[in-house]
Amino acid sequence: MALSNVLQTPAAGFNFDNAARNAALEGLFDGRTPTPLKTGTTIAGVVFKDGVVLGADTRATSSEVVADKMCAKIHYIAPNMYCCGAGTAADTEKTTDLLSSNLTIFSLNSGRNPRVIMAVNILQDMLYRYHGQIGASLILGGVDCTGNHLYTVGPYGSVDKMPYLSMGSGHLAALGVLEDGYKPDLELDKAKELVCVAIHTGIMSDLGSGNNIDICVITRQGVDYIRPYQVSEYQDKRKTKYKYGPGTTPVLTEKVVPLKLEVVEEAVQPLDTA
Amino acid sequence: MLSSSTFGDPGKMRDYHYTGPVEHRFSPYSFNGGTVLAVAGEDFAIVASDTRLSEGYSIHSRDSPKCYKLTDTTVVGCSGFHGDCLTLTKIIDARLKMYKHSNNKTMTSGAIAAMLSTILYGRRFFPYYVYNIIGGLDEHGKGAVYSFDPVGSYQRDTYKAGGSASAMLQPLLDNQIGFKNMEGVQHVPLTQEKAVQLVKDVFISAAERDVYTGDALRVCIITKEGISEQTVPLRKD
Repeated sequence: MALSNVLQTPAAGFNFDNAARNAALEGLFDGRTPTPLKTGTTIAGVVFKDGVVLGADTRATSSEVVADKMCAKIHYIAPNMYCCGAGTAADTEKTTDLLSSNLTIFSLNSGRNPRVIMAVNILQDMLYRYHGQIGASLILGGVDCTGNHLYTVGPYGSVDKMPYLSMGSGHLAALGVLEDGYKPDLELDKAKELVCVAIHTGIMSDLGSGNNIDICVITRQGVDYIRPYQVSEYQDKRKTKYKYGPGTTPVLTEKVVPLKLEVVEEAVQPLDTA
Repeated sequence: MLSSSTFGDPGKMRDYHYTGPVEHRFSPYSFNGGTVLAVAGEDFAIVASDTRLSEGYSIHSRDSPKCYKLTDTTVVGCSGFHGDCLTLTKIIDARLKMYKHSNNKTMTSGAIAAMLSTILYGRRFFPYYVYNIIGGLDEHGKGAVYSFDPVGSYQRDTYKAGGSASAMLQPLLDNQIGFKNMEGVQHVPLTQEKAVQLVKDVFISAAERDVYTGDALRVCIITKEGISEQTVPLRKD
């Protein structure tokens, strides 16, 4: 029985179906093609004694304007695996969703928990096939029967396996902190502190990263997704209240249309308001 | 350089062939970010700027204000390419001294604005990459704001925002100071305290959404008593 695959593997080689159309469109846009939403970003991961800690900032930029101040960059892959994504926001979102679906189907088919190396192989295969057109830089971390693993997959399909990693526009700032502070077999608190400081350094030094810090701890026992782990110290300090009274925007005409509704069926569900 | 397979034949790879040495142009300009803002009141003027100097995704300095004091009644805010900002302010200072020695009086705000326009247009074909806004008091002691484009086109305004977050600030100023898009609101003249508070709030908002604006805000308040400065911290991330 063939393993069903959500990802349809297309014909051999690279798929340049859209290359001609894209070139024509570029001409029409006169060089000002629409820019996709990038996540700017600082993401980092560290392997510690009992598992893996992943961290990310929460700023998403759209060419130097902050589009989202509370963006979630740590994506769910499997109950024992999470993935941080940097680069084009749509690409990281869809790639990790596709990976997660594929691994769920695999688990149901084989009755086994997915291993981190399988996720890495699927990601590498897909990103290499698209020859860098999918702008996703990912840090994948997870715990499986073979141990605690941390991998990074680049947009062109390169893979690296390291005990500590950082990606995104703020990766150099974070890497400096990780290189200085990493030791094998760290305790949980030290590992969380190290990742938090690394992301914070990225946030302060890099214009593309900012706002809050999310942390995800994965161990054999389970996952602790802490969002936000550290809230930004810069809160709203505006003094004046900018409120507009009714009538500031003139109402030109008003038309009220009553809707005639019939009660067909009524069901009451009490809410648990604990 | 590209062959004729740009259009048509979907699925076929474009032919790439080496055409010889390719010239990569060196750009003499760079964008160092920053936002400036000026507001003119009845008997005061305010020029404010953030103090972040950046390039690409990095920060060069967190303490590089963009307001430059020209005379006791005029301040200019310059944002854009920092190299050109420095040179332009040096040239303006020299011209102010020359005028003072020739005419035995200090240049008025209007005169400085007219002079700056000619200085900028003099470099029409290799412009100063600087967005200028002059704020000060005119000969009658009333607040004056003059806004420029990089090649010298200028006009007198009541309020103007320039630099990287200008598109975010200008509509808010249009609404709060110009009372645009509002009906049934009393047009009260702007007091100095309200104007300073508005400028601070507006920069806090700009720092939230523009990556090039932040670190600190320098506010210069120009009245007939002189120029007073205030510094307010902004987001550093």
